[in-house]
Amino acid sequence: MAISVGRSLVIVFTVGATIFLTRLIPFLFFPKGREIPQVIQYLGRVLPPAVIGMLVIYCLKGVSVTTYPFGLPEFIAVGAVILLHVWKRNNLLSIGVGTVLYMFLIQVVI
Amino acid sequence: MRSDETRLKSYGKAFRAAFPYTIPVMTGYLFIGMAFGVMIQEKGYNFLWAMFMSLVCYAGSGQYLAVTFFVPGIRLTHMIFMEFMLNIRHIFYGLSLLERFGRMGKKRLYMIFSLTDETYSLFFITKVPPDVREDQFLFAIAVLDHAYWILGSGIGAVAGTLIPFDAAGIDFAMTALFTVIMVEQWTEKKNRPCVILGLSCGLVCLLVFGPDGFILPTMCCIMAALLLGRGQFDSVAAKQEEVRMREAEQHGN
Repeated sequence: MAISVGRSLVIVFTVGATIFLTRLIPFLFFPKGREIPQVIQYLGRVLPPAVIGMLVIYCLKGVSVTTYPFGLPEFIAVGAVILLHVWKRNNLLSIGVGTVLYMFLIQVVI
Repeated sequence: MRSDETRLKSYGKAFRAAFPYTIPVMTGYLFIGMAFGVMIQEKGYNFLWAMFMSLVCYAGSGQYLAVTFFVPGIRLTHMIFMEFMLNIRHIFYGLSLLERFGRMGKKRLYMIFSLTDETYSLFFITKVPPDVREDQFLFAIAVLDHAYWILGSGIGAVAGTLIPFDAAGIDFAMTALFTVIMVEQWTEKKNRPCVILGLSCGLVCLLVFGPDGFILPTMCCIMAALLLGRGQFDSVAAKQEEVRMREAEQHGN
């Protein structure tokens, strides 16, 4: 520990409070009991699928398609997850097989 | 006494029903949490610190970033700014849960606190079983995910360097989880324009702004497109809804 216990505690609570704030903000703007405006209800409906799309890109942000292995392990594994899930519609199976395949690709193949 | 007992029983039911849905998050969180445990332990903080921090902070990338704060000379305002920018995407998550969380009574604040990417995503693929209360079911998902995260950090701080097998790539479980949820969203036709919007905004902003700062621009693009194209996205959704209502009516007859 390069800093004191007290300072460490302050850091933990500061970081915790900041992260909590980012999640709390929409609930501060639209508190319980107040009617939610139409446009916010609309955003609430359409945002989740858009956010999920963004999160998939977020997970793959470190992939380089210009240098070896050209993101192939990621694209193969994501493709396998999609195909398997369209076929079997089993969450655990798709995620499990995809993850093991990816680990195999980066540890053994490459 | 009697009512306490029945309440406990219905919570037990909710946790049992929620557990299978959380298994993918368990896989991911245990190992990503472990990575955090290893990092913070290298800074001289033991497993109690690691678990305490995961209890209070609860954010993957946010905690990785926070590890770099435990050195002399970093201003608190700097930490607040960095953490806020890193987690700013979470501002938009609550918008979809205002009503559901509003029905959760005392549990509401904890639900908001524990709204990570993964927990948020799970809320949109899980179906509440008919004999389980919705608020208890969502609460069970949130608590289980949080517990995996705390446990993972503790294990990482104690024995992270002793893991007997090569876990490289296990964090792909999170990518796979989001991919599966995306496929699930895709099966409902009304969601497709939104999924495509999220993917394309993300991709374009990643190319323009680079991997370290593209999430905020992406969220702005998504919001702008959704607001400007409101008729477009909503009419698709509304049409879909109409068709489903009609089908339901016919089934009823």
